[in-house]
Amino acid sequence: MTVATDDLEALLDQASSGIAFDGLHVAETDGEYALETPDGERAGLDEDALRDALAANGEYVTNWRYWQETVGGAGTARRAFLRWCERAPLADAADEATSTPWTEGDDGAAALAVPERYDALRDGIDREWGQLAITARFVDADDPDGERVYDLWHVDDADADLADLEVHDDPRDARELATYDADGRYRPLKTAPTLPGGWAFTGLSGDDLVETVEFFYPATVANWHRELRGNLDVDHWLETAERQTGIYDVIDELPREAVAWMAEACCVDSQCLRRREWEYEDGDDLDVDGGDGPFPCREPCSLVVAAARKWTTLESEEERTYELELTTSEINQLTELIDAVADGRTDEIREADVYDGANRYRARYLRAKRFDDEGELEATEVDD
Amino acid sequence: MQALVIAAHGSHLNPDASDPTYAHADTIRETGAFDEVREAFWKEEPHFREVIRTLESDEVFVVPLFISEGYFTEQVIPRELRLDDWDPEKWESDGTSASQATLEAEDVGKTIHYCGPVGTHDAMTDVIVQRAETATGDSDVGEGVGLSVVGHGTDRNENSAKAIEYHSDRIAERDRFDEVKALFMDEEPEVDDVTDYFESDDIVVVPLFIADGYHTQEDIPEDMGLTEDYRLGWDVPSEVDGHRIWYTGAVGTEDLMADVVLERAADAGADIGDAREAVRELAASVAKPEPNAGAGAGD
Repeated sequence: MTVATDDLEALLDQASSGIAFDGLHVAETDGEYALETPDGERAGLDEDALRDALAANGEYVTNWRYWQETVGGAGTARRAFLRWCERAPLADAADEATSTPWTEGDDGAAALAVPERYDALRDGIDREWGQLAITARFVDADDPDGERVYDLWHVDDADADLADLEVHDDPRDARELATYDADGRYRPLKTAPTLPGGWAFTGLSGDDLVETVEFFYPATVANWHRELRGNLDVDHWLETAERQTGIYDVIDELPREAVAWMAEACCVDSQCLRRREWEYEDGDDLDVDGGDGPFPCREPCSLVVAAARKWTTLESEEERTYELELTTSEINQLTELIDAVADGRTDEIREADVYDGANRYRARYLRAKRFDDEGELEATEVDD
Repeated sequence: MQALVIAAHGSHLNPDASDPTYAHADTIRETGAFDEVREAFWKEEPHFREVIRTLESDEVFVVPLFISEGYFTEQVIPRELRLDDWDPEKWESDGTSASQATLEAEDVGKTIHYCGPVGTHDAMTDVIVQRAETATGDSDVGEGVGLSVVGHGTDRNENSAKAIEYHSDRIAERDRFDEVKALFMDEEPEVDDVTDYFESDDIVVVPLFIADGYHTQEDIPEDMGLTEDYRLGWDVPSEVDGHRIWYTGAVGTEDLMADVVLERAADAGADIGDAREAVRELAASVAKPEPNAGAGAGD
């Protein structure tokens, strides 16, 4: 462990006003210093003795320097996120937030004190943020001076050889990487679980890491931090819908049961990594699971608002009764077809797998048999 | 600390809609004039609703990357940013003269300087002229040439046409082009009849739109008769009714747009140092005119 002279001097500059950070306590009374760490307590130190005592506690000194001088930003989401990355205690976690998935002991691991954290940072501490795998590590693992850097890649590439990945160091590159899915389709929803892999950001500074993460998943760090502190501001469906104007003015007419179907269709883990915290209105929860996503969803997003407009129009239609002829297998096939599209499975169905009702030839056969000359399903509306 | 937020429309369907926003934001990032620069969108992320909370700065300058004062700049953006005390009257605008209003964002307790849209700033006039230069590949373009500024126009918002006419008038006053005419897609005088309005053989047509998309790359080129089918692209210039029409795409993609964004923020009190000079130099250096046939449409 190296303690650079300027680390010590920086700390000594602050010592007289008192230091209490990550287990390191320094206090001054009448020119005498007291030093306390979880390993022990020394009192009655003059400045030279304090200097020697601090040099013997180098990990606490360099840790203080990194957080107070390099990272700074007391109370910011950026700082809290970087602390979370290395499993440091989160000073601003609210008591009432202890039941969220984001307190110190989340994913089964307790917050680490400085000595344990320093051991772990030599190898790297791994975290997952949606589909992002983040590693916090020392710049110099053999002789750490407290400076951390961060690596970032897709969770699916966690075991990949770096040489096989496209390496980036500019946070702005994340915008491009997040724009298309693996099939080259546009991803209008940044938190859709369709982020493609094949890339890595290595050796990022803390600031650059947060910027990169925010380009992949905008505003997730800020909302996570609010949830952590117990002041996430949730806007429920009705508030959001009633706020709309213009072409979206109508969406507050969407029936309550349709809002639930919409949430089930759009706001589940298979479609979005955000965890739905909004309900129909305050005190009136939707009977649909909000998912286990890592970041809170604090109000219906613009995609849900836009889709709600379509469903509001569709739900304004009256239900009618139709008569059509189908065999049992054919009506089952309709179910299979809807399921295949809803689960995004159509590309996986093999060309010759005629045993799957959503197979292309099976669908074409059904169309040939059951569609009329106008190309529509042959069905007759039944009068009441 | 001071932050800049560029507020744009974005798209759920078209991945290119946000390109100009990112490009101008990056240009301004390079100048270092702001501690933080963010893109924010109505249809993409970060949404207007959540962008302010991603900032550490106490003072935030929000510049709408929109062409005119209207529904988005007067209603949607202030509402979604939670500028509770907002009232369009605060801009004291005649439809093209909005500068800024200072407000507080209720969810974060930050000071927000809500600026007028880029499209109505005086500096936009220079961007339109620069687009005429890049479209023709002639940095002295003007003599013997007609210029048409084309806007969407809509009966629902009179300010939409005002912005187009405002810049047309300003360019006409400069006596640089032989003729200058404002034309519209959805109202008279219509861009379809562009050649009826000019005597000059050469007509540069500059669409006052923020991003390229359906209007600038499909509708307008087909309406003017530059091409039968936008997917086939078109030549720059294209011959129509004995005129040569120089048309590329949305003016919002011009590099000099970053300068307009900076000016909006500076007018609202942002300390931008010599960032404008840096951006103007950069824009001049990359504005090496190179007519781009079809401007990306159909290829």
